[in-house]
Amino acid sequence: MQHFHSRFSATLRPVSRLLIALPLVALVAACTPGTPGPDGVFDPYEQANRSRHASSLRVDQAVVKPVSDTYGTVVPRPVRRGVSNFASNLDLPGIVVNDVLQFKVENAVHNTWRFAINSTIGVAGLFDVAGSMGLPERDNDFGRTLHAWGAPEGAYLVLPVLGPSTERDFAGKVVDFIINPTRYLLESPESYYGTGAKVLKKLGDRHQYSDVLDSVIYQSADSYGQARMLYLQNRRFELGIDVSDQYIDPYEVSR
Amino acid sequence: MTRKMTRRDFAAMAASSLLAMTMLGRPAAAAISPSDAQGLVQALVDDIFRVIESGRSESAILKDFDGLFAKYADVEIIARQVLGADSRRATPAQMRAFTDAFRGYIARKYGKRFREFIGGRIDVQSAAKVKSFHEVRTMAHLKGEAPFEVKFLVSDKSGRPRFFNMLIEGVNLMLTETAEIGARLDQRRGDIDALIRDLRTMG
Repeated sequence: MQHFHSRFSATLRPVSRLLIALPLVALVAACTPGTPGPDGVFDPYEQANRSRHASSLRVDQAVVKPVSDTYGTVVPRPVRRGVSNFASNLDLPGIVVNDVLQFKVENAVHNTWRFAINSTIGVAGLFDVAGSMGLPERDNDFGRTLHAWGAPEGAYLVLPVLGPSTERDFAGKVVDFIINPTRYLLESPESYYGTGAKVLKKLGDRHQYSDVLDSVIYQSADSYGQARMLYLQNRRFELGIDVSDQYIDPYEVSR
Repeated sequence: MTRKMTRRDFAAMAASSLLAMTMLGRPAAAAISPSDAQGLVQALVDDIFRVIESGRSESAILKDFDGLFAKYADVEIIARQVLGADSRRATPAQMRAFTDAFRGYIARKYGKRFREFIGGRIDVQSAAKVKSFHEVRTMAHLKGEAPFEVKFLVSDKSGRPRFFNMLIEGVNLMLTETAEIGARLDQRRGDIDALIRDLRTMG
C-alpha cells in the first residue's frame, strides 16, 4: 500500500528536509523573552489568546461537537479505535526521528518495533498489536526535542483550531509537519487517508472526552485559565520536568 | 447532641479519647512511613474498583465515590486551601457548607469518568517522602489507552493518613481547583454563599 520512491531519496528526504527546517526552527524558536511568574504562567499575548480561545469554543459548539457526536454514535467503537490506531501508526516514523534527535536510543528502537509490528501483523496499523505485546505508546515530538536542546518554553499561545500551545511547541509542530517521513513515503491518494484518519481520530477523542470537556471547560468560570493551566502542567510533565519541590504543603501554610 | 453535656460525660469522653490516642492515634511528630502511605493508596484503589465493578447505576456510584473521598481524603484541608485567603473571612458554618459542597463537586467531576476505568487497573508502584508528606506513584492502565501516571500526596497531619492532593499526568488537582474556585468566586463578586450554591449543582 505504500508507494516507495527510490530507496535513496526516500531515506534522504527527511534528512534534507530537516536541514531546510533548521533555520526555520531558529527563527520560530526565537521566543518572546521572559519567564513564567510564580504561578508558572508566561502569557504576554493573553488578550489575543483569549479571543482565539473564545472563537475555538464557538466553532466547537457549532461544528466540532455535533459532528463528533454523530461520528461517535454512528460508527461503532472498534472501528473508531481502528481508525485512531491507523492515524497514530503513521506518526511513529516522525516520533522515531525525534527519539534519535534526542539520543533516546531505547525509545527509538521501541518505537521502530511498534511501527514494524503494527504495520504488518497489525494490518497497516489498524490494530495496536505491539501495545498488547507490552510495547505501549511512547510519544515524542519536535517540541520536546527543542526542550532537550535547551530552547526555552516561550510565551503561552492559543492556536486557531489546534488550541493551547507555547512558542516552543508551535515551532515544534511546524517542524514535525515538515520532517514527518510518512509524508514523503506515501503518495496520493494514500496520504489523504492518513490526513482523513487524523481528523477522524480527533473527532473520536472529542466524542470520548465529551463529559470531561463539559465539566472542565464548559462548566468552568474561567475556561481559558483552566485550559492554560491544564496544558502547561501536563506538557511540563511530559517533558519530565520535576515539580515536586513546588508542591504546596497545606499543613504548613494553614498553621 | 442537643443535650447539655454533664461533667461526667465530659470526663468519660476525655478518658476515652485519651485511651484512643494512646492505643490508635500516634502523636503528630511520629510520622507515617512511605509504606503506610502506599498502603492507604492501595486501599483507596481497591475500594474505587470495588465500586466501579459493582455494576450499579451512575448516581449510586457517584454517591459511593463521595463516601470514598470523605474517607480517604483530607477534604477539610483541601477545601480550606482551594478557598485560599477567602477561607479566613468565611464563618465556620460557611466553611462547613463549602467543604460539603466541594466534596460533592469533586466526587461528581472526577467520578463521572468511572466508565473509562471499567476493565482497567491502577498499579500502586512506589512511595517517597517529599517535604513533610509522602508522594505515592501509581500507573493507570485503561483499556485502549497508553498507561499514565497518577500521583497521590499523603499526610497524617490531620491525625490519620489521608491524601490531600492528586496529580494526573502532572495536572495538579489542588492548583487547578484553586484557580477554578477563585474564578468562580470572582464571578460571584466574592459571595461565598452563592459559590456554595453553584458548587452543589456543578461537576
